[in-house]
Amino acid sequence: MRRAILDVGCVIVVIATAALAAAGEIPLTERRSGYDMMSRDTKAMQDDDTANPAMLWVFEGETLWNTKAANGKACADCHGDASTSMKGVAARYPAFDPSRGQAVDLEQRINICRSERQNATPLPFESRELLALTAFVARQSRGMSIEQNDPRMQPAIATGRALFEGRQGQLNLSCAQCHNDNWGKELAGSVIPQGHPTGYPIYRLEWQSLGSLQRRLRNCVFGLRAETYAFGAPDAVALEAFLMWRARGMPMDAPAVRP
Amino acid sequence: MARALINVPPRAKRGQVIEIKTLISHVMETGFRPSSIGVLLPRYIITEFVCTYDGQEIFRADLYPAISANPFITFHTVATQSGTLTFTWTGDNGFSVTEQAAITVE
Amino acid sequence: MKAKLAIDQSRRALIKGAGALVCGVLLTVRKSEATPASMQAAIRTVFGNAEIGKGKVTLDIPSLVENGNTVPMTVSVESPMTATDYVKSIHVFNEKNPQPNVIGIHLGPRAGKASVATRIRLADSQKVVAIAQMSDGSVWSGQVDVIVTLAACVEGL
Repeated sequence: MRRAILDVGCVIVVIATAALAAAGEIPLTERRSGYDMMSRDTKAMQDDDTANPAMLWVFEGETLWNTKAANGKACADCHGDASTSMKGVAARYPAFDPSRGQAVDLEQRINICRSERQNATPLPFESRELLALTAFVARQSRGMSIEQNDPRMQPAIATGRALFEGRQGQLNLSCAQCHNDNWGKELAGSVIPQGHPTGYPIYRLEWQSLGSLQRRLRNCVFGLRAETYAFGAPDAVALEAFLMWRARGMPMDAPAVRP
Repeated sequence: MARALINVPPRAKRGQVIEIKTLISHVMETGFRPSSIGVLLPRYIITEFVCTYDGQEIFRADLYPAISANPFITFHTVATQSGTLTFTWTGDNGFSVTEQAAITVE
Repeated sequence: MKAKLAIDQSRRALIKGAGALVCGVLLTVRKSEATPASMQAAIRTVFGNAEIGKGKVTLDIPSLVENGNTVPMTVSVESPMTATDYVKSIHVFNEKNPQPNVIGIHLGPRAGKASVATRIRLADSQKVVAIAQMSDGSVWSGQVDVIVTLAACVEGL
């Protein structure tokens, strides 16, 4: 509670001192990953696979990838070796799903596969299994450039942009005010990152666990004292799509460690 | 299920000091944290970690709630002979996980 | 308003208590800096009345940590780690968590090198102390002051 009050204070200070410095979109060449702003120790935790706690989920995801569902089918039965079939996949999600006529994120894609190909029940958002599978798939894109250039994704990206730039919540703040206009400054002692989702799912030190981009966005929205999106809500996926478009060309570093 | 990740160099020279890294999946619930309805969540932690080398104890640690979730412990040992390293984590509510790793010493 | 008063009172009591403790500790413990009583009690439970020397023990913790939930820590002790001269144990203590103990490490000559790394929780900016007992029974200590910053965006429950 005290922390929450402190946060509000800091938000107000940051915004007040920088109200006239609104700079709009960050030029492509000035974009920086959250990784670049972390301490040496947190970087070291991410860089060494034998020290990165997210690898516990990646290895569990590998096991699940090869585990047959009740109908006898495992992910591997259709997709084979993930190191080739899943290479680059996480770097271009959310993606347009033609049969649904809408954007779906990686977690939703995995659940669509589960229900349609494996006749299994979808895994709940933030469940250990879904995070493990997502982390395993995302790991196959490490070092690859984020792509978000399917024209069918334009409506979702536009919706996401409006959500990113629009003020919301009791603090009447937009995402852009922190992450476009005031990145690099401090909020309650933490550096404000530009907000590029290069490493999801991430092991967040604050959570002491792995978590999805949607979980992280809920933290942000809660910070604005606005109503959080339901997991899997079209608005949440649209915001994810816009953030990936905004980070286009940046390299993936999933599964990342963040403070 | 990958409950624990262990990193032991597969080969070493006799007498060489090697580094061993271990990471295990565990929430390490402190017992001091209230749940969303204000009730303290009961303590659930790993209390002991032991490593033996061909049956002989070479490292032991008593863990407390101040150890972070998903405990990461690295330590050293002298590579004496080819053999098996056994790692055991025990804790509250009967928690017990054992893993092994082989090492070849030349 | 009532609640605020109660907090102020307990805080004042706490400050008074801390002052008393600082004095007490200075009188009873040689070669060690003043620390809150619970940490001193925990240290004495492990090491009894042994004289605790300064040195030989190095605690490596970033002086400014990004999140107190996961703080990297390496503790190492100067020792040849031979069959007759080695580190028997290393205990790490903190002064502001709910409990003073962090980890107790038991080593022997087969460790080859008395250096152990782990990740710890620190509830607040505080002093962390590591104390090692050698095979000859002597006890040595090292300490660091750590500043813990809080995450800006946390989860609502």
